[in-house]
Amino acid sequence: HHLFSLGQGVMASSRPALLLVPFAVTVFSSISGDTGVIHVVEKEEDLNWVLADGPHPPYMILLDGNLFNRRVMLQLKGTSRVSGLAVAIAKPSPPQGFSPGLKCPNDGFGVYSKDYGPQFAHCNNTVWNPLGSGLSYEDFDFPIFLLEDANETQVIKQCYQDHNVPRDGSGPEYPLCAMQLFSHMHAVTSTVTCMRRSSLQSTFSINPEVIDLLSQYSIPLSACAFLTPPVHALQIDSHSFFWNIAPGAESAVSSFVTHLAAAEALHKASDVHLLQRNIMFTFFQGETFDYIGSSRMVYDMEKDKFPLRLDNIHSFVEMNQVALRNASVLWMHTDPVSRLNKSVEVQVRILLDILSNSSVGANVTLQEAGYSQPLPPSSFQRFLRARHIPGVVLTDHRTAFQNRYYQSMYDTPENIQMQYPEGLSPEETLEYVTDTAKSLAEVATVVARALYRLAGGANNTSAIQADPKTVSRMLYGFLIKMNNSWFQSIIKPDIKGILGDVPQHYVAVSSPVNTTYLVQYVLANLTGTVVNLTKEECLNPEKTPSSEKELYEYAWVQGSLEPNSTARVPYCVRSTVRLSKALSPAFELRQWGSTEYSTWTESRWKEIRARIFLVASKELEIITLVVGIAILIFSLLTTYFINAKADVLFSIPRDPGAVAY
Amino acid sequence: MTLAVFFGCTFIAFGPALGLFVFTIARDPLRIIILIAGAFFWLVSLLLSSLIWFIAVKASDPRDEPLQKGLLIFGVMFSVLLQEAFRFLYYKLLRKAIEGLVALSEDGCSPISIQQMAYVAGVGFGLMSGAFSMINLLADTLGPGTVGIHGDSQLYFLTSAFMTMVLIFLHTFWGILFFHGCEHRRWWEITAVVVMHLAVSGSTFCNPLYVGSLVPSYLLMATAAAWAYLLSGGSAQNLWRFLLCLRSGPSPQPGS
Repeated sequence: HHLFSLGQGVMASSRPALLLVPFAVTVFSSISGDTGVIHVVEKEEDLNWVLADGPHPPYMILLDGNLFNRRVMLQLKGTSRVSGLAVAIAKPSPPQGFSPGLKCPNDGFGVYSKDYGPQFAHCNNTVWNPLGSGLSYEDFDFPIFLLEDANETQVIKQCYQDHNVPRDGSGPEYPLCAMQLFSHMHAVTSTVTCMRRSSLQSTFSINPEVIDLLSQYSIPLSACAFLTPPVHALQIDSHSFFWNIAPGAESAVSSFVTHLAAAEALHKASDVHLLQRNIMFTFFQGETFDYIGSSRMVYDMEKDKFPLRLDNIHSFVEMNQVALRNASVLWMHTDPVSRLNKSVEVQVRILLDILSNSSVGANVTLQEAGYSQPLPPSSFQRFLRARHIPGVVLTDHRTAFQNRYYQSMYDTPENIQMQYPEGLSPEETLEYVTDTAKSLAEVATVVARALYRLAGGANNTSAIQADPKTVSRMLYGFLIKMNNSWFQSIIKPDIKGILGDVPQHYVAVSSPVNTTYLVQYVLANLTGTVVNLTKEECLNPEKTPSSEKELYEYAWVQGSLEPNSTARVPYCVRSTVRLSKALSPAFELRQWGSTEYSTWTESRWKEIRARIFLVASKELEIITLVVGIAILIFSLLTTYFINAKADVLFSIPRDPGAVAY
Repeated sequence: MTLAVFFGCTFIAFGPALGLFVFTIARDPLRIIILIAGAFFWLVSLLLSSLIWFIAVKASDPRDEPLQKGLLIFGVMFSVLLQEAFRFLYYKLLRKAIEGLVALSEDGCSPISIQQMAYVAGVGFGLMSGAFSMINLLADTLGPGTVGIHGDSQLYFLTSAFMTMVLIFLHTFWGILFFHGCEHRRWWEITAVVVMHLAVSGSTFCNPLYVGSLVPSYLLMATAAAWAYLLSGGSAQNLWRFLLCLRSGPSPQPGS
């Protein structure tokens, strides 16, 4: 007999508790899970049953994805009649857009404040994410799960139809279909409290740590730091409301893929090693959470812990969200406040002109966003806080984001119009060049040419072209299927386990995450050189005299499959790609309450799962108990009396051999 | 289904057995030993029969529904026969034990009679059988849900508890009947026990039509109870006197 139906791992995920001083952003269940009678809410009127009319609270709501908005959620937040929520992802994505992020992302941690450009602070001038509902930053005291598999959702709806539908206006009869969600989080309140508790515990070695610091590795690519390199940077992480669901197609992937393509295009230029200035390509992790990566890099630069110093940065070019260009326009944003300074203005002007000139001949129109506009949320803002470096942020939007699903689970390949024809095998899909890929390759070409000029290159730049095939392959790998033949061939043999899951780009805690590793290896593959070293020499480069270990990183990668065999042809790649730890400086300085640096932490949890089953009425349960007690008492009494009167009940039998009771 | 159902079902299934244990078995260490050894014998018989069934299932096609059902029926019948075989073996063992006890005793009489051993052995068999029937279900009752999401009856826990109770009683009475039959060479009593056991086990295939399994089992239990009572030296007269005694106020005398 089956008691319950266990949800498999397909029932995607719940929210981990993310703590930010001074408040907590949590969604957690009690330690033994939360149970509630299922109610399906497909239109707003259905909510009344849950909030007021239904006779069997608390309820576990199965919410249609289109209703997962701020208004509905705030109604649910206040009531005690809701014990949990399962959101069925809306297919297709909600046409009105959906963004659980803030209207003003990373507000307070960028460069604009009351002391610097107050007219631009707190999005006074431009609201970057007008669709932002701020749901990701609300505190809920019940678990919220996301259901991605339509089959699972159908099972729950069927159970509801069979047992829970109210008949003729009155409540449904027992037994009722119920759901139980487990997502107990160990940490609560805020980072300050949590770190204090955690450090007390680990000092006395009683319990393991309760929270983990969000951290990652950033990848600066630099040969050496003596000249003044332009820095090309962007973020590679994303977030949605739910744990481990962060496709981030437009918000993160499009830009770092373009960035990688630009790096490859530049690397192929013939005189790149003769350039006057070095170009450092940087990928920051954790930017979604108040600029963890970039704030750490700036901090390291200021404290001389990084090979490069802030003074040595000539210029800064950043790419953010470039896949949804309107009429092929790419906008160049600059900081109007620093441009008030004459020398900075001159530099910025040169930068803008170089960029504009690089777009000649390409299907990209570069336009300036102008003096009236501040910088959008970008890693460059953290650098500006420390130094007035001339810099530009390239985006596909002038004011509000083009991305209507910013930081949500709907920021998928469909959002950036990646379309593949039907019936292709995985290999063919990997190699197929989409229009999105061509468009991003154009942007990469423009950026690569501009970087070449910025670094002092004098030759004709028409040879510098980004390869749409590479872009397409990267988009496929980072957005659709990580476990493809190209990725398999460029990673080290011992980490091939990372190529399993559905791609997502949450910064997480255990580092490096899959995305970081993959970007590192892709970058090494695109900009490094294959060297003729054996496996021993490659893994121990310090033993080889001419390896210049301080300058280069050596990696022994799997290589591709030999034709008609399962063996691979590994080889050694020499590159200048390095990882640098992106832990917020607040944790180095032990300032848990810092408002200067990011203090996001993530709670630890035990298990995340869910199951559905029927629940019986209280009456039946009590009847069972009463009957049991009655039988127990009756049988005890009867046995006692029978035993006491045994000689009356059982007379001595006729044959003398046997003994009586 | 929470604690209420857990305790309710536990008391229903094991309440009477608890009464029997506390008042008739617990005081005498010899009886406790016989009880536990009896439980062990039943356990071994179950182990062997489940081994046979397991092999049969693994060797067959799991998708063939009628075959699997047939194998289950075969498994149950085989298990019944094996349990009764082990009851016989236990009888043999206890016979030998009586000789040993007589030799050890001071007055040449065994401190415990074969009828008492039969009763205790029956309770032992019943307890172990009940435990195996019920413990898994009781563990499931502790969760928040109940049976039914795939369409099964909600009363599953209750009916299982009642079935377990009747089975414990039946094993007790069968023990008495079986040993009496072995003692006095009355093979038809042994056959009757086996047939009754097969009938009760077979009736459970009527489930979820619980009327088809519970009602016959309780009727058979009443029959077996009456028969065992008569064989143990009881009679209608004694019963009448017992009930009269009760009505005129119980005055407990030292029991056995």
